[in-house]
Amino acid sequence: MTDTSTSKTEATEAWITGIGLATSLGEGLEANWDGLTERRVNVDDKGFAPYLVHPLAPVSFDAQIPKKGDQRQMEAWQRIGTYAAGLALDTAGIKGNKEILARMDMIVAAGGGERDLAVDSAILNAEAQGNSAPGFLNERLMSDLRPTLFLAQLSNLLAGNIAIVHGVTGSSRTFMGEEAAGVDAARIALARIASGQSDIALVGAAHNGERKDLLVLYEFGDFNLKDKFAPVWARGKESGFALGSGGAFLVIESRKHAEARGAKPYARLTQVIADRTSRKNAGDVTTSLSKLWSQLDGVDSQGAIITGATGAEPATSEERAFLAAHPEFAVRATGTSFGHTMETQFPLGLALAALSISKGKLFPPNDSAGVEIEMTKAPSQIVVVGAGHWRGEGMALVEAVR
Amino acid sequence: MSAPRDTFGRPIVVVTGMGVVTSLGAGKTDNWAKLTAGESGIHTITRFPTDGLKTTMAGSIDFVSVDPFSSTDLSERLADLATEEAVAQAGIGSKGNFPGPLFLAVAPVEVEWPQRQALGRAIGSSTTIDYDQMLRVSGGGKFTDYHRRFLFGSVADHLADTFGTKGSPISLSTACASGATAIQLGVEAIRRGEADAALCVATDGSVNPEALIRFSLLSALSTQNDPPQGAVKPFAKNRDGFVMAEGAGALVLESLEAATARGARILGVLAGCGELADSFHRTRSSPDGKPIIGCVRNALADAGLDADQIDYINAHGTGTPENDKMEYLGISTVFGERASKVPVSSNKSMVGHTLSAAGAVEAVFSLLTLEHQRIPPTINYDVPDPAIPFDVVPNTARDARVTTVMSNSFGFGGQNASLIITGEPA
Repeated sequence: MTDTSTSKTEATEAWITGIGLATSLGEGLEANWDGLTERRVNVDDKGFAPYLVHPLAPVSFDAQIPKKGDQRQMEAWQRIGTYAAGLALDTAGIKGNKEILARMDMIVAAGGGERDLAVDSAILNAEAQGNSAPGFLNERLMSDLRPTLFLAQLSNLLAGNIAIVHGVTGSSRTFMGEEAAGVDAARIALARIASGQSDIALVGAAHNGERKDLLVLYEFGDFNLKDKFAPVWARGKESGFALGSGGAFLVIESRKHAEARGAKPYARLTQVIADRTSRKNAGDVTTSLSKLWSQLDGVDSQGAIITGATGAEPATSEERAFLAAHPEFAVRATGTSFGHTMETQFPLGLALAALSISKGKLFPPNDSAGVEIEMTKAPSQIVVVGAGHWRGEGMALVEAVR
Repeated sequence: MSAPRDTFGRPIVVVTGMGVVTSLGAGKTDNWAKLTAGESGIHTITRFPTDGLKTTMAGSIDFVSVDPFSSTDLSERLADLATEEAVAQAGIGSKGNFPGPLFLAVAPVEVEWPQRQALGRAIGSSTTIDYDQMLRVSGGGKFTDYHRRFLFGSVADHLADTFGTKGSPISLSTACASGATAIQLGVEAIRRGEADAALCVATDGSVNPEALIRFSLLSALSTQNDPPQGAVKPFAKNRDGFVMAEGAGALVLESLEAATARGARILGVLAGCGELADSFHRTRSSPDGKPIIGCVRNALADAGLDADQIDYINAHGTGTPENDKMEYLGISTVFGERASKVPVSSNKSMVGHTLSAAGAVEAVFSLLTLEHQRIPPTINYDVPDPAIPFDVVPNTARDARVTTVMSNSFGFGGQNASLIITGEPA
């Protein structure tokens, strides 16, 4: 299949000038960096046993969502995202800058739909006890559903809440579709900036992995990691992912726009490309990733790769076959440290790539399978990889600003 | 000869194929005949029991069957139908090989009650059912199909396979503006030169009990159930809410250059797109109307046109007290005295609110308005609202010279999008 790519030919240079992270390792850039440096893994093996999840580290939502009323109108995934988006605006130095926020693009990758588990369970129990009168479901839903729950479930209402809380209103687009939505959000934001359709964009996603209704969805496909934690590359026959909670948002803007306001870049976002193979044949993911790799412009040897490899099979083994063709690259799988944050995994990879470049070092390996090797030199480029657990492949090139 | 460009030097984006399905029927011919005859597709719901519901009608599509029913399966089927019609009309590519990307507006996907009830049955009545029990029975391959079905990307994945679109398909939601956003993404991709063609599809098959109840609990729906055909009353004083409906719209967009090169018939030009988000409230528009005004102005600016050049407005016109009032405020601010003269009609008076699909369904109807030089009416307009002195083309279609249409979409979450469509390349 033909790829959809953002070419950098004659394109406006785009910088990452803001990063907001709220994850299982902590909130803010330093807490996440420290967690990675210490090879910390925050995994809960009890709350959802036998399933493992990476719970959100404690954060004070008040710091970014000052009105309690706003917090009450949101479910956890929206609070995490609105919080992380606020951090990104803070680091970019544009929090409260109405002139910029009013023309700032926003592309959010979102799932949605946190359900009221008690309501669902009560209805199913009543039905199991023979209560199947016509209209029974209607009656219970009419009386038991909180009217505002719908607004906490709608996919586009993370973006809606960011607009309300932070005032980002230039545009508001929500992409859905699991991991690929996170790739495409960055891809379209960069394409708009590179082509001059936009000067500045807020891009990101949020995910609440501490949800039994989501575990059910992935359990249908036997994708959940159970019983015992292992790094992504070391899961072997016990394949799967541990859902993670987290939000990752980036401020991306044209170099010209950033320089005009004196903003400092973390890194340059050079390319975001994506493809979708139907994965009908063994090795399709390997082929797709290899093809995307060949479309990256000017990747130096002995660089670094940050991947959102999920741990799900066969995608992760096929990705590993692709990585094996680049043994000189230092690979880091974010799934080990953060769990699988689904739509958020690719924006998270971009964030960590930009952070690593700005710090002049890659965070250490966290792997017992020998896939991840040390990197001592300062990375000038990092390739971010995302292969969805079921569909979608993406890649980005993040580089030091020259 | 250089490529045809608009006044801003961008490739001109044209429509070469379109397809539509609504509660009025499948296909452009049937829909247009009924739409201009002032027929309503709203009817009493028979798909599921409506006992205990305040609203018992919808524009559900019952002539397309999916079994077992899920809204996601129906959305997919409707998208198939509309896309088949659009691609066939465009005559582009070859079967299963569409030469461009897919942008799909689709309702957020979720596991629905029939599937949840299947889990309940798998657990049985001797155990108390909770989500731990549901998790216990979900794995092991018994419900693998549910994973494939209820991924958010599943409908786009199916369409990408069926129609052979290229690259990573984008599924999107901007609530009730989704259909317009799908078109906007296609326009932008062609303007950037990334693609010569784009397939923009919007679909919604959401009439199920929980979806209806959710809107009902927000007091958004009309409760004037009898007769159902009379329920949606956009811009009328006795309007009391929207009516949920199903449908799909599909557009094949191409650069004028590519369309001309292959000798395709040009159905219209996507001259401009505008958007602006509202930060006032999750379900209500800013009382000053600024986001709507800005959205409409952005669309005009993007098209390089003045409000004076718009000769028909295909309104969002949901029939909720709030939306219609705000739409009037927005239009009257931008259009000034012309606001009472330019025809403004609401297709939703007949097909209901097709939600995620509405922006694309109404873009198709806007293009048909240009093609037939006939404006579909706003039906059920018997009690004018003096606060909204629009020419709503009341109750009867009207022949008119129409060269430039504005189609508006406004949604929950502060989503505003407007499209400007013209009949021929400038």
